[in-house]
Amino acid sequence: MSSDETHFSEMQTSEGVRPPYASYAAWFSEQDAARLEKKAAQSEAFFRRSGITFNVYGDSDAEERLIPFDLVPRILSSQEWTRLSRGIEQRVQGINAFLHDIYNRQEILRAGVVPTELIAQNDAFLPEMMDFTPPGGVYTHIVGTDIVRTGEDEFYVLEDNARTPSGVSYMLENRETMLQMFPELFSKIKVQPVSDYPKNLRRSLGACAPESCTGRPCVAVLTPGMYNSAYYEHSFLADQMGVELVEGHDLRVVDGYIAMRTTRGYRRIDVLYRRVDDEFLDPLTFNPSSMLGVPGIMDVYRAGNITIANAPGTGVADDKAIYSYMPDIVEFYTGEKAILKNVETHRCSDPEALNYVLDNLAELVVKEVHGSGGYGMLVGPAASKRELSEFAAKLKARPANYIAQPTLSLSTVPIFKKKGLAPRHVDLRPFVQVSPKGINITPGGLTRVALKAGSLVVNSSQGGGTKDTWVLED
Amino acid sequence: MLGKTAGGLYWMFRSLERAENTARLIEAGFRIALTRSTEAEGEWKSVIVTSAAQAAYEAKHDGYNSAQVTNFLLRDPDNPGSVLSSVKIARDNARLVRTALTTEVWSAVNETWMLLVDLLAKPVKETELPEVLAAIRHQCALVRGALTGTMLRKDSYHFCQLGIHIERTDSTARIIDVKYHALLPASSLVGGRLDNVQWETLLRSVSAHRAFRWAVEGDYTAPAIAEFLILDRRMPRSLSFCVAQIVASLGYLADDYGERVRTHELADALNARLEKRDIAAIFDEGLHEFLGSVIRDVAALGQQLEQDYRFNR
Repeated sequence: MSSDETHFSEMQTSEGVRPPYASYAAWFSEQDAARLEKKAAQSEAFFRRSGITFNVYGDSDAEERLIPFDLVPRILSSQEWTRLSRGIEQRVQGINAFLHDIYNRQEILRAGVVPTELIAQNDAFLPEMMDFTPPGGVYTHIVGTDIVRTGEDEFYVLEDNARTPSGVSYMLENRETMLQMFPELFSKIKVQPVSDYPKNLRRSLGACAPESCTGRPCVAVLTPGMYNSAYYEHSFLADQMGVELVEGHDLRVVDGYIAMRTTRGYRRIDVLYRRVDDEFLDPLTFNPSSMLGVPGIMDVYRAGNITIANAPGTGVADDKAIYSYMPDIVEFYTGEKAILKNVETHRCSDPEALNYVLDNLAELVVKEVHGSGGYGMLVGPAASKRELSEFAAKLKARPANYIAQPTLSLSTVPIFKKKGLAPRHVDLRPFVQVSPKGINITPGGLTRVALKAGSLVVNSSQGGGTKDTWVLED
Repeated sequence: MLGKTAGGLYWMFRSLERAENTARLIEAGFRIALTRSTEAEGEWKSVIVTSAAQAAYEAKHDGYNSAQVTNFLLRDPDNPGSVLSSVKIARDNARLVRTALTTEVWSAVNETWMLLVDLLAKPVKETELPEVLAAIRHQCALVRGALTGTMLRKDSYHFCQLGIHIERTDSTARIIDVKYHALLPASSLVGGRLDNVQWETLLRSVSAHRAFRWAVEGDYTAPAIAEFLILDRRMPRSLSFCVAQIVASLGYLADDYGERVRTHELADALNARLEKRDIAAIFDEGLHEFLGSVIRDVAALGQQLEQDYRFNR
């Protein structure tokens, strides 16, 4: 295995194989390369046949694409995980308290911890949510926290996805695939299971039902439809939870509730796990031309007759400008120092920071404040001169739209290649469920991996792949 | 279940059934083209007429020949009833109702689509046609097998069955109507002796040529074949069998939901027209008129079903 000295390698350091990988490395060294190659091909066929695909916008000839799956797992020890998950839990508590505060008393603004204009000018801030507390006080029911590692004990949060984080279906299907391909591994190495996720999600969402709900809460998943990039995930989650997958036109307001059109008439829904963006949720309140949402749902919501997960307006917590304040936010609400670190972030809205960013563009990663999925970002070290100057122009035109961060020295985990193992950069998105009964974090998460040597871009829409993520039992 | 889901299941299986029926029709046409080159053009035309695609076909093509017709019916995207279009519709509906399907049914239909996109990527050569047609039939049978082998017998299953049997009723009625008349030199000769090969195509169009020999003792006479395809409840593609299945599936829904709707009345009325009927009486009524009314009744039944069970908005 080739080793890249400048990055932390999670499997192998100069002193040898790191302990979490010891059993796996021993197993791997006994494997026949031809067999593994065959397994890699089998896994692809499995994903294709099962239809585990995503759609790429603006890509007409490849409507549905596979996310490449790499068969070498990413492994974390239970101690590493315990620390990580404590940090995530603390952060999610902070985010939830922040959202409640922002939409009610706004103490954090009065205390001067977060500047008022950052909220006032935030597109994701919804005045409709003011002076209203969602059922159970939960704003962000499902969170995906993107984490990168730069050293043995160095974990950073790259971003918080408090709106509608994607990828949990890959976490589950990657494990299923590994279990099918290498059952013997799992009898040798004890890995904490992830398969409870849908059951727990159903329970967690049910626990957030409004008080007006009597009996077993009726949960449904709201999808924009099958041309959405994450449609597979929406149908997968509904299926795994055993709840209906609905589109806007299946729903309407009936007697002050949201109801879905069934073969036997309209039936009330108590909790809607929506995978439709705020803007499209209610044409009467937001974008009037949207066909994806339900006219009148915001009135039903404010009347306390439905739970919307995640709550509208949660995006105010996860844009990248707020991100830079997150350690302060966590401390403000929890009274503890943030366990997880933030990446140093330059807010281009600040003229001094903008100058610094423009001067050092070639060394920085620049992101849109509201962007996601690797769209609209610049990776300075990988960009051409022309791309840099084009991006500089965009920055000057709308500085407040961007933040910049140093290019981190992301850790690597090897991927399987015909010639052997090759190190590639990874990140990690653990998934968190929040309800009044508590915060539940599935051990592991989705590891995304850059497939090109040296690349730091792991997004599936930009050609990245995924790996199974193992958290070992003690 | 959601009305949309019921509709998706219904159309998924209707479309698959249509793909399979189209493959059977092509098979019958191809057979004639091989054995009777002089009658091939007429036979290919009757295949197009049967699949209710005459206008769409003639808008694109002059004359009827084997390559054009098979291409149009197998893979033309402008033909919404082509095998490829039908399988695409089935698979899109399957994605829509994925949560209502078992993994096996979903995998079977997804594989079918993948396989046919591959097989039908280019026009099919005559030498490969039998193999391709067999693959289509085989794949459709696979999806149906997964359905009967793995799905819970609840409302969702019965909406699938309704899709299959409503489409099949329509298809069988059309085949008898078009072929019967196309095969006859003049309608006054109904009941007269026809060439065995021609009759065989009619049976072959519904894959019943051997079943007929086993089931019916006697000759290939018009009344015997018509009786077999219209009234024989042992024959899984006969009108009578299909309508009985429709009544049975609807009966399940009535029990489960505790409610009878107008669809039930339409189905019972249609069933009554096929129950304990005498083929001679149907001939007296006029075969063409009889079949035309069955086709209309089945279409009305389908529309009522969509309305009663809220498939759409």
